[in-house]
This record gives sequence, C-alpha cells and structure tokens, in this order.
Amino acid sequence: MYTQALNSQDSAAHTAKEDPQAEARFQARIDAEEKIEPNDWMPAAYRRTLTRQIAQHAHSEIVGMLPEGNWITRAPSLKRKAALLAKVQDEGGHGAYLYAAAETLGTSREEMEDQLLSGAAKYSSIFNYPTLSWADIGIIGWLVDGAAIMNQIPLCRCSYGPYARAMVRVCKEESFHQRQGYEIMLALCKGTPAQKAMAQEALDRWWWPVLMMFGPPDKDSQHTESAMRWKIKRFTNDELRQKFIDATIPQGHFLGLTFPDPALKFNDTTGHWDYGDIDWVEFKQVVAGNGPCNRQRMAQRRAAHEAGGWVREAANAYARKRQQRAAMSIAAE
Amino acid sequence: MTDTPLLHYTLRLADTALILGHRLSEWVGHSPVIEEDLAFGNMGLDLIGQARSLYSYAGEIEGKGRDEDALAYLRDAGDYRNILLVEQPNGDFATTMVRQLLYAAFAHPYFETLTHSSDATLAAVAAKAAKEMAYHLRHSAEWTIRLGDGTDESHARAQAAVDELWPYTGEMFECDEIERALVEAGVAVDPATLRARWDKTISEVLSEATLSRPDNGYMQSGGRVGRHSEHLGHILSELQFLQRAYPGATW
Repeated sequence: MYTQALNSQDSAAHTAKEDPQAEARFQARIDAEEKIEPNDWMPAAYRRTLTRQIAQHAHSEIVGMLPEGNWITRAPSLKRKAALLAKVQDEGGHGAYLYAAAETLGTSREEMEDQLLSGAAKYSSIFNYPTLSWADIGIIGWLVDGAAIMNQIPLCRCSYGPYARAMVRVCKEESFHQRQGYEIMLALCKGTPAQKAMAQEALDRWWWPVLMMFGPPDKDSQHTESAMRWKIKRFTNDELRQKFIDATIPQGHFLGLTFPDPALKFNDTTGHWDYGDIDWVEFKQVVAGNGPCNRQRMAQRRAAHEAGGWVREAANAYARKRQQRAAMSIAAE
Repeated sequence: MTDTPLLHYTLRLADTALILGHRLSEWVGHSPVIEEDLAFGNMGLDLIGQARSLYSYAGEIEGKGRDEDALAYLRDAGDYRNILLVEQPNGDFATTMVRQLLYAAFAHPYFETLTHSSDATLAAVAAKAAKEMAYHLRHSAEWTIRLGDGTDESHARAQAAVDELWPYTGEMFECDEIERALVEAGVAVDPATLRARWDKTISEVLSEATLSRPDNGYMQSGGRVGRHSEHLGHILSELQFLQRAYPGATW
C-alpha cells in the first residue's frame, strides 16, 4: 500500500547538480520502460525518493499488523482466526520483503527501523485509527487493502526493478486479503440485525479515513511531478481515489450498506461517482501525529523493540561465540 | 457430552493444540524481530489447524451436531481438556520458547507414533502434525541454545523459564483409565513410552544451551480432567467473546 511518501518533497539541500549526460541516459531508459536495477547509475534524488517510499511502505506493513492483530485472539470462529493470523503474518512478510528491496538502495533495515521508532519516518495514516469491532477487520480487508491495491497495481510497473517485482507478489496476496475482508462484511450483512449494525458503524467510521489514504488532492500536491517522470508513480492521487470510489460504491450497495456521504451521487455525464469534501484538516493532523492511535502504535512498536533488545543481543553474542569456536577448532587442526 | 473415551481423548489433543496456538498468536506484531513474528504466526497456524481437524472429528464422534466452533467457543474452562503447560502465560521470549521446546520435544515423537493408530482419522491428523512439530522442535531448540549460551541476561532468563515451566512437564506423560483403554485398543499412544526420548532430547538441548536441568519434583497436573490454572478462564474470555456476546450469530 501506501504511496503517501510520494507526496512529500525532496529537501532542496539534496538537489545538487549531477552529471547531465548520465541523467539524460537514465531518463531515456525510464522513457523506454526499462527497469532500473540496484547497480545501475541513478540520480541521488531518485534513490532517496524510492528509499523513502519503499521504507514507508515497509513501515506501513509492520505498523499495520497492530490494528488487525488486536482481533486475532478474539476472532469469532476458528476459520476466521486462522485467516486473520495468516493475513497479519503476510503483512509481516511484506514488511521484511520490502525492507530487503529498500536495502538494495543502500540503507540498512536497522537504519530504517530506527527512523520509524524515532518518528523520523512515516507510515500510512490509516493505521492510526482504532479497530473497535470485528467488522473493522472486514473493513480493513475490503477497503484498506482495496485502496492499497489501487495504489500498488501501478507500482508493479514501477521503474525500479526490485520494488516492481516485490509489488507483483504483494498484490497477489493483497487481492486475496481483500476478498476475505469482503466476505467478512458479507457474512455480517447477511447476519443478525446487530451484526448488520456493526458493519454499518464500521463503514461510517472508516470511509473518510480510507479516502485520505490516497493523499492530498492533486491541486495541493505538486510534489509528484518527479515521481511521475521517473515512473515511480503513474497516476495522480485524485485519479486513484476516483477509481477506488467507482469500484467500491457498487460493492457497498450490494452489501446493503450506506456510505456516510450525502453528496455521493453517480454522475451520468462523467460516468463517475461524485463525492463530498474530504476533511483535509483531519488528514494533516493524523499525519502530524495527532490521530487517535499515533502515540499508541509507536508505543507498541517501541515496546516490542525494547523488550526484544536482549534477545537480539543474545543471538549476536551466540553467533560470535560460534564463529570463535569454529576458528579455534580450525586453528587446532 | 457423550463421554466416550475416544471423544475425551480427541478433545484433549484438540484443546492442547488450540490453547498453545492461541498463546503463540498473541506474539504476532510484538516479537523481537520480524522473522519471529512470522515464525510465531506459522507455528500458531499449525496448531490451530491441528485443533480444527481434531474438533471436527470430535464433533463427529459425539454425533450431536456440534462443529469445531461449538466445541471451541461454547465450552467453559471446566470442560477444556488441555494440559496445563500450554495455558501458561507467554512471559518473555525465553519463557515462550522454552514452553514450545518442552511441548514440541514431546509432541513430535507423540504424533509420529500416533500415525500408527488404528483410528484412521487420528493417524491422518498425526501425520501432518508430526511434520509440523518437527519444525517447532527445531526452531525452539535453536532459540533455547542461543539464549542459554548467549549473554548473561539471556542465560538467566532462559534458566528462569526452564525452572518455572518444569513442574508442568510431568502431566504430558500421564495415562489415566480413559486413555489406557484406547492405548490397549491401538488407538492412542502410551505417553510413558516416549519418556526416554523426551528426556534425551531435552537433556541434549539444555546441555548445549549451558542450562541446568531441574530435578523432577512435585508436578502440577489436572488440565486433562478439566482442573486448570487461573489463566485458562482469561484465555477463553477473550477467545469466546464474540460467540458469547452474540449468541447464535454466524460469522
């Protein structure tokens, strides 16, 4: 998921002049839809933009384990419990896989993790919202993963080879998660009145934050120009948001749910769904750290990291001892 | 409940797998490294998978229309038949790994032997479980060795975990009348026959981990007849919450 990193501008201090000929050759390769690989020449800004984007994506997967993990022990059936456990595990796998993709650009996983824990790096705004009922697990699969897929399918054609290939695999798993999420919603909406109400209440809470996942409106985000030129990003925020809305509204109506937007209306002229104003003040506040769960999510990540410190030290100490013993036994021969 | 020995026995196996799987699932998202989040997820899924097959079979044996969820979600603690070891809290990473080691060193040969059961369903479940428990044993043994022979702190934590959990190991080898009949019929495994192999595995791992093996003092027991520690009630209050709060709903 999660291309919100592409909405932030590369710091001006970094935009030093580079070899214009190399840059022209690089752009020609991008224009010819060639993949850029780790050892190829690339502009420093391309490297930084991608590192930030892939790391943020990885962080989002890791932090994203928390809101869903909140329901693993309370899943309502063994089938749902196993599916949710497997899904959260997939997210951890995506995180590890994406950190590895980012490492090909020269930043270590430890550095990236430190940036997350220090608050220097961001993750998708959506995970700063709480999961209050079981229906939230359905909503995250259906809408949050659905929005993620809208972002990620174009990323499968991203100009950077390792990221593009990672996305192909991630997208397959995300599509599966989305179907599972929708199936949870379907079961709730076909269930008792209390279950249906649970589903509606979850949609009411999540709809607007999900639309914010695509980032600020195009008129307010001019930072994506280089990302588009480098074919990291291929569609604008508003284009992807509209695609998502158009695909999602009929699915919600099929469930018999109402979207919490009185302005929502199919536009016969454009062939798209018109929608109401998104509360960008809320979005900015959540990104700035003031969402309902920002502090909690970071506290949980830090607690896990700190509680695991002695385990990582032990593993390193043991590995060193083994090396020493191996060296000694070779010396003794 | 139709109290046939086979039903009782199948529920013991199922409950032990579910409760340990539930415990491991509590780690996911909170592990020391991402790779361990993945490993806990894997092992939890193995155990929950074993539980599901066994509950479905228990429902068939009982013949009263109860499915896997009715058995997992609608029985109270006193009807649960898992061993006490698996309901013990996760504690720190060392406690969880040592608990996994103590159980897997038993469960791996147990399920290997159960593949020869005259009961075809149990034999089939055991064939899959034996492979899974071999991985759990390898993973938890490697970590116990790393922790025991790592730093002073990890050594102390691993030793504390072994000492704390040791009194729960005796229950694994008990064989009451319910199981005795099944053992004689070639359905169940006599756990006493696995004692020497378990002792050897555990002694080797602890020795390589530079940990000391506690004496076999007084052992805690009772889970297999429904007498649990205080922890199980809390596990079930979480696990069963939605089924209890919305009776009769389908999820």
